[in-house]
Amino acid sequence: MESLLHINSITFPILSLITFMPIVGAGMLMLIRDDQGIRIFSVIVTLFTFIMSIPLYVHFDPDLAGFQFVENKPWVPRFGLTYLMGVDGISLPLILLTTFFGPITVLCSWRYIATRVREFMICILLTQGIMVGVFASLDMVLFYIFFEALLIPMFLLIAIWGGPRRIYAAIKFVLFTLGGSIFLLLAIIGLYMKAGTFAYPAMLGLNLTITWEFWIFLGFLIAFAVKVPMFPVHTWLPAAHVEAPTAGSVILASILLKMGTYGLLRFNLALTPHASVELSPYVLALSVAAILYGGLLSLAQSDIKKLIAYSSVSHMGFVTLGIFVLNLQGTQGGMLQMINHGLTTGGLFLLAGMLYERTHSRHLDVNAGLGRLMPAFAFFLGLFSLSSLAFPGTASFVGEFLCLSGAFSFSNKLGAWVIPGALLAAAYMFRIFLRVIWGSGGKIELAADLNLREWICLSPLALLVIIFGFHPAPLMKIMNPALENLLARLPREGTLSLATLFNEISFSVFN
Amino acid sequence: MEMTTFSIMPVLVVLTSAAASILIMLLRDQPDRREAVSLIAGIIKFFMVITMVPAVREGQVIVCDLFHILPGLNVVFRVDGFSLVFACVSSFLWIFTTLYSIGYMRGLNEHAQTRYYTCFSLTLSAALGVAFSGSLFTLYLFYELVSIFTYPLVMHHEDSEAFAGAKKYIVYLMGAGKLFFLPAIVITYILAGNLDFGPGGILPHDADPTLLIVLYILFIAAIAKAGLIPLHSWLPSAMVAPTPVSALLHAVAVVKVGVFCVARIIYNVYGPELMQQLHLVLPSAYFASGTILIASMIALTQDNLKARLAYSTVSQLAYIVMGFTLVSMSSMTGGALHIANHAFSKITLFYCAGAIFVATGKKYISQLSGIGRIMPFTMAAFTIGALSMIGIPGTAGFITKWFLGLGALDNNSMLLLIFILTSSLLNAGYFIPVIYRAFFFKLDPADAHLREAPKIMVVPLSVTACITVLLGFFPEPFLRLIQGLLGS
Repeated sequence: MESLLHINSITFPILSLITFMPIVGAGMLMLIRDDQGIRIFSVIVTLFTFIMSIPLYVHFDPDLAGFQFVENKPWVPRFGLTYLMGVDGISLPLILLTTFFGPITVLCSWRYIATRVREFMICILLTQGIMVGVFASLDMVLFYIFFEALLIPMFLLIAIWGGPRRIYAAIKFVLFTLGGSIFLLLAIIGLYMKAGTFAYPAMLGLNLTITWEFWIFLGFLIAFAVKVPMFPVHTWLPAAHVEAPTAGSVILASILLKMGTYGLLRFNLALTPHASVELSPYVLALSVAAILYGGLLSLAQSDIKKLIAYSSVSHMGFVTLGIFVLNLQGTQGGMLQMINHGLTTGGLFLLAGMLYERTHSRHLDVNAGLGRLMPAFAFFLGLFSLSSLAFPGTASFVGEFLCLSGAFSFSNKLGAWVIPGALLAAAYMFRIFLRVIWGSGGKIELAADLNLREWICLSPLALLVIIFGFHPAPLMKIMNPALENLLARLPREGTLSLATLFNEISFSVFN
Repeated sequence: MEMTTFSIMPVLVVLTSAAASILIMLLRDQPDRREAVSLIAGIIKFFMVITMVPAVREGQVIVCDLFHILPGLNVVFRVDGFSLVFACVSSFLWIFTTLYSIGYMRGLNEHAQTRYYTCFSLTLSAALGVAFSGSLFTLYLFYELVSIFTYPLVMHHEDSEAFAGAKKYIVYLMGAGKLFFLPAIVITYILAGNLDFGPGGILPHDADPTLLIVLYILFIAAIAKAGLIPLHSWLPSAMVAPTPVSALLHAVAVVKVGVFCVARIIYNVYGPELMQQLHLVLPSAYFASGTILIASMIALTQDNLKARLAYSTVSQLAYIVMGFTLVSMSSMTGGALHIANHAFSKITLFYCAGAIFVATGKKYISQLSGIGRIMPFTMAAFTIGALSMIGIPGTAGFITKWFLGLGALDNNSMLLLIFILTSSLLNAGYFIPVIYRAFFFKLDPADAHLREAPKIMVVPLSVTACITVLLGFFPEPFLRLIQGLLGS
């Protein structure tokens, strides 16, 4: 285990710092009186957190196997609990994505949130810190605590500042996620029984029987499938997205969903490799269902936020597909798609929020033909829509291309199933984009174009979308060695026939 | 082995009109300057293209590497004889179309002219991007950009007909792009490990033949811009666009992008050897001749002049595709030459259709009785364009048909030769009545007050008509470019 942990090359505990700085900041918000001061302080805290996370990228050594910037402190030794934090090539991009979105989520709520600003910003800062904690923790219990703690501020964000059906959406969100995490807890306890410790690196070397692997795989899968969300447990997502305030939608789409796919990579593939190989066809089938079904549902929506929400189901289907084709291209594609979906869909939700602030409607027909009034808005909507439909030259193309080549390398049949999903993406994104920009019959006569604050929110996202479209190397360099290591641990091909597997499992259930 | 030289020129050519589009947007309140920018950018672009001619004539290939996205997935420019024929023609005709557009758009007091000129130059950039693309990915990138940038042009009138036409346009082009082009590229990437064009193809010859044939069908279906039946019907619908758009984009730039892609796929992805080995040559040629005949027959039935021209375009594009699929020296020369020949002839015809519309407001052939008496220059140019489309000796179209016929004979296919000749008859069948009506029918007395179109429109169409005749006697310039490529 020690060989996998590389001590911090920076002299201070950087991971704890960027995890707890926003949380401490949230506490300090209590001391500030006026709303404007609260907003400014929140921007400063999130911006500072982002700046502090940059050294992670600079000092990260991609060629080192295992985890870096490790912080290893005893916590509750009696139960094998340690305060173990660290990052590798899989979690680092996600942490950077999280801190990058911090200032943006605060800025996009500047006007949108007019009541209970203090409480709102406290929730935003709490989610910020907790999400970093999820990606950085290497102790299973620590991970579980962060994973669950996130529900509280997220629930409040939706239930207090949400739309008309906010209570329904918030409760649905919490019930679904909690229902899933029970299985996460079971899987963690199962692993603890075999390993005698909660430290993740120590569990990598476990030699579990296939039956154990199967149950643990299933536990993780259910927990993370809800979070991703995979078909058929995706129904909480559209409700939550539609009701959540802009910042909530952005956090949900850009980062929270990635915790699910991150878990699949980090726990399912790494800890239960045999079961992953055996069961991957089923996950692939679910992914294809999500891609096609999500796409079809998205095509049928006329509420802009709902349309983007269902498109997320479809896009996250590409991620799980890429992960479970279990080849390098697929997993690279899945990882890239996670980052790019975060940037693109985050941008789209920001735009939907800006539109709602102006026209008080999210309906496609009401907002038709706005391109003439808001050219800058039209430009960003065009760019993010193109990226969302994986137009060549935008970030998502590279991710989707790799997922597709992973799928076609797996089998041409699987590839043929996925292609209509790519077509659907073009169909629904063009529908919203062409309708809002040039459509006829809109009811809006007057709307101001983007202001400076909104430009500041959108331009970094737009820049990254284009840069990663032509030059994804900075991301690839970080994550490739980690993914290669991960795949190298997988058994070459299935060691058991499916019939034997199910025999063993039913044996273990009935005896 | 081909000789390559590095030059940044292809990038600059593509960027010229993109930069112009930004200036055009900034000058939206000053129409004169806005249109001057379009014109100057056109002239600069054309001369930049010309500077690349000498090197390419010597058989060199100009290469410019830009981005390495993934191993084997690069944005790279590559200019050979093929690219230059297409690039010269489109950038040259852009100059005249800009002049013509000024007359047309001002003559009809069209709205949203800034959007029009912006999208026009963006489309030109993307079309030249296709011409210069050196990898399948670059090709796909610019191919899709062409679809996006032309959408606002097709829906320019913003009425229900324009929206319906534009919707069909984007559904066909984007749909085929996603459903067929994307998987084809992915499969090529997996098979070849690389998407950069190679002189003799990049696909491994020992791959599963069934997969290669399926892949070929995917590619041909993907390129809806080539207008092969049954994926042709976006083209007549796109005729709702203003006539200069139909003229330059839907007779030259956009549709030639399509046939150009077909050529790249046959010669630089598959390679002639693999085409022969898979027995794809004659079936593809028969498939193309099916389009030639069917589209010509539909053209016979159209009364709307632009629709008749559109179906004629569908059929003429299939000549080019046929030339490329036959993979012989003469057929390929014919196909590549027809990119230029058809461009000059068909743009003349469209210019005439637009001039008639601006001068008289008439769209239908049945209304054109005696129109030749009041618009002699326009109808004379129309006649030249039509004769060239039929393939009368002394016009550009004849040269093409000559080489195509030779190509059919190289493949020992009498049947194809018969198809080519039959289609010429059909071409005559739908063009001669228009000319006959214009010159020999009596003019409706109600039309006696009508006059010839404005000079700014008549000059471009006369110039392109003259070039059509010139190319019929001196095909050398383009021929040498193409033979420079074939020689290497």
